[in-house]
Amino acid sequence: MDYFLNEDQQMIRDTARQIAQEKIVPVRAELDEKELFPTEIIKVLAQSDMFGLFIPEEYGGLGKGAFELCLAVEELSRACLGVSTSYAANALGTYPILLFGTEEQKKKYLPDIASGKKLVAFGLTEANAGSDAAGIQTTATKSGTEYILNGTKQWITNGGEADIYTIIAMTDKSRGARGASALIVDKGTPGFSFGKKEKKMGIRASTTCELVFDDGHVPKDNILGRDGMGFIVAMKTLDQSRTGVGAQGVGVAQGAFEEAVNFARTRIQFDKPIISFQAIQHMLADMAIQIEAARALVYSAARYVDSGAKDFTKVSAMAKTFATDVGMKVTTDALQVMGGSGYMRDYPLEKMMRDAKILQIYEGTNQIQRNVICQHLIKEFSRNR
Amino acid sequence: MKIIVCIKQVPDTSEVRINPETNTLIRDGVPSIINPYDMHAVEAALWIKDTLGADLTVLTMGPPQAETALRETIAMGADNAVLLTDRAFAGSDTWATAHTLAAAVKFIGADIIICGKQAIDGDTAQVGPAIAEFLDIPHISYVSMIVSVSTDSITVRRLMDEGYDVVEATPPILLTVVKELNQPRMASLKGKIRAKKIEIRKLTHNDLSLDDKDLGLKGSPTQVKNIFAPEQKKDRIVIAGSAQDQADELISILRAIKCI
Repeated sequence: MDYFLNEDQQMIRDTARQIAQEKIVPVRAELDEKELFPTEIIKVLAQSDMFGLFIPEEYGGLGKGAFELCLAVEELSRACLGVSTSYAANALGTYPILLFGTEEQKKKYLPDIASGKKLVAFGLTEANAGSDAAGIQTTATKSGTEYILNGTKQWITNGGEADIYTIIAMTDKSRGARGASALIVDKGTPGFSFGKKEKKMGIRASTTCELVFDDGHVPKDNILGRDGMGFIVAMKTLDQSRTGVGAQGVGVAQGAFEEAVNFARTRIQFDKPIISFQAIQHMLADMAIQIEAARALVYSAARYVDSGAKDFTKVSAMAKTFATDVGMKVTTDALQVMGGSGYMRDYPLEKMMRDAKILQIYEGTNQIQRNVICQHLIKEFSRNR
Repeated sequence: MKIIVCIKQVPDTSEVRINPETNTLIRDGVPSIINPYDMHAVEAALWIKDTLGADLTVLTMGPPQAETALRETIAMGADNAVLLTDRAFAGSDTWATAHTLAAAVKFIGADIIICGKQAIDGDTAQVGPAIAEFLDIPHISYVSMIVSVSTDSITVRRLMDEGYDVVEATPPILLTVVKELNQPRMASLKGKIRAKKIEIRKLTHNDLSLDDKDLGLKGSPTQVKNIFAPEQKKDRIVIAGSAQDQADELISILRAIKCI
């Protein structure tokens, strides 16, 4: 399918593909097995300007949008979801600064993010605040020229590796969701340390860690937007980045699908390549249909986000949900096509299937996405009455 | 500091085909790449640029399509590119090529000149050192490591058959490099965007005030009579054992073939 990419978009896709093939594929099994953060690959991505894709040119980026980010994320995900998660989480952590930062904050932080000199992480989730993001218990109490942070963020992607953290904390607990604020916290801030490093089922090349605030001293100027805007910052950020998670689903599905087709063409049973059997053919055809449909939806949604539209919450939730469900389904079916071989670590399929599962969970579970979609449907239909 | 890297666009094949009548390379239908050793030269120059700050010009002599190769090096991070292209340059051997490149290097000006140790199509390894001779500057060939570099000194390892030499030199200096030196970087997105737009400077023999008789086929003392793969040396015997045993064995073999 031709999605009419312009010259720059083709170049971005090709560059990401080359990095994936030459730098990620050869080491992905080792990164997974040893649970290693892909420091060397991050360096290559930085040197290739991949971290600056969606950052405006005046801050040292390439000035592209959600669509170009999706193209890059899809290609990286085709090779390894762990690496692409480390890369995409950087964008997730950057969007609060990009969308809500003051000119000074942007000038201070974005150039180093665009060059890849500094990595970013986004800290929202807590033990009691997952799908119910309003359950945040970390507090930020104003004291003179500072906020004093107390509490623990959990399951933070790039935690420990990142230099910059965008954190959602309660500045006024009595106001519920409207009492949350977003703050930029630098690594090395007094009272800010790292806790437990999680052992995960998949995406093991990405690091997931606790952030511990014990009287963390954060300058007042590090607030994003105003006091009480934290929940809006978080929701807008997630809306913005969700198409990227969809692109991860498309990428991992494409990678698994290609492995399955190549295997089916060469695996001989009953004196024939198994791709000649209708049972296999129908599975492969279904995979191809689902991948192309997911890609079309993700690309359309990302282009809609970039069009300047304001009401993209529903469509980005749709793209995330559909494409990540496809990611899970296709990796599962691709492994089935490969049978016992697919289950063995000699092939990348078992990793792809383990990796794919997180896509249905993080950045808003697919169940929460469906809630969001339906809330919009209810609004739209009541408006039309 | 000014650095010039000389590159060559070569056919992308290990099986270079030869026209049996003219004994020259057949380039038609073969995709072109930057000579792989030259990629290491570009990376070395970029490394020096990153370390010290430098202005890097990439230079090549070739047909107009060699511009593609130059643009690739701009995408990697080179500042400028110069293409020596002129009918008069056609058919140059290593002498005429080095003569022409040396004139261009003089014209542009450089403190350090870096070349790949040889091109994978011609395999002569003569052009780099010959440029240095024409410029009357020293050269260090087969550089496998840059130990240190500053504006007035460079220390490198020169790969030898057994081990390496450590050589220190004062610019101006020409280096030819081997693949052990480094890992060429990937082109960056900003570099690729710049490479699309940049104007490649083109120079002809008029710009360099070169005499026609020293250029191209006319200026090439080499005449290729025949090209063939050297015969494989067979019947190699490896003598093992203690020094005494080896010497005894060698003497008996030499006696057997009536050498002694």
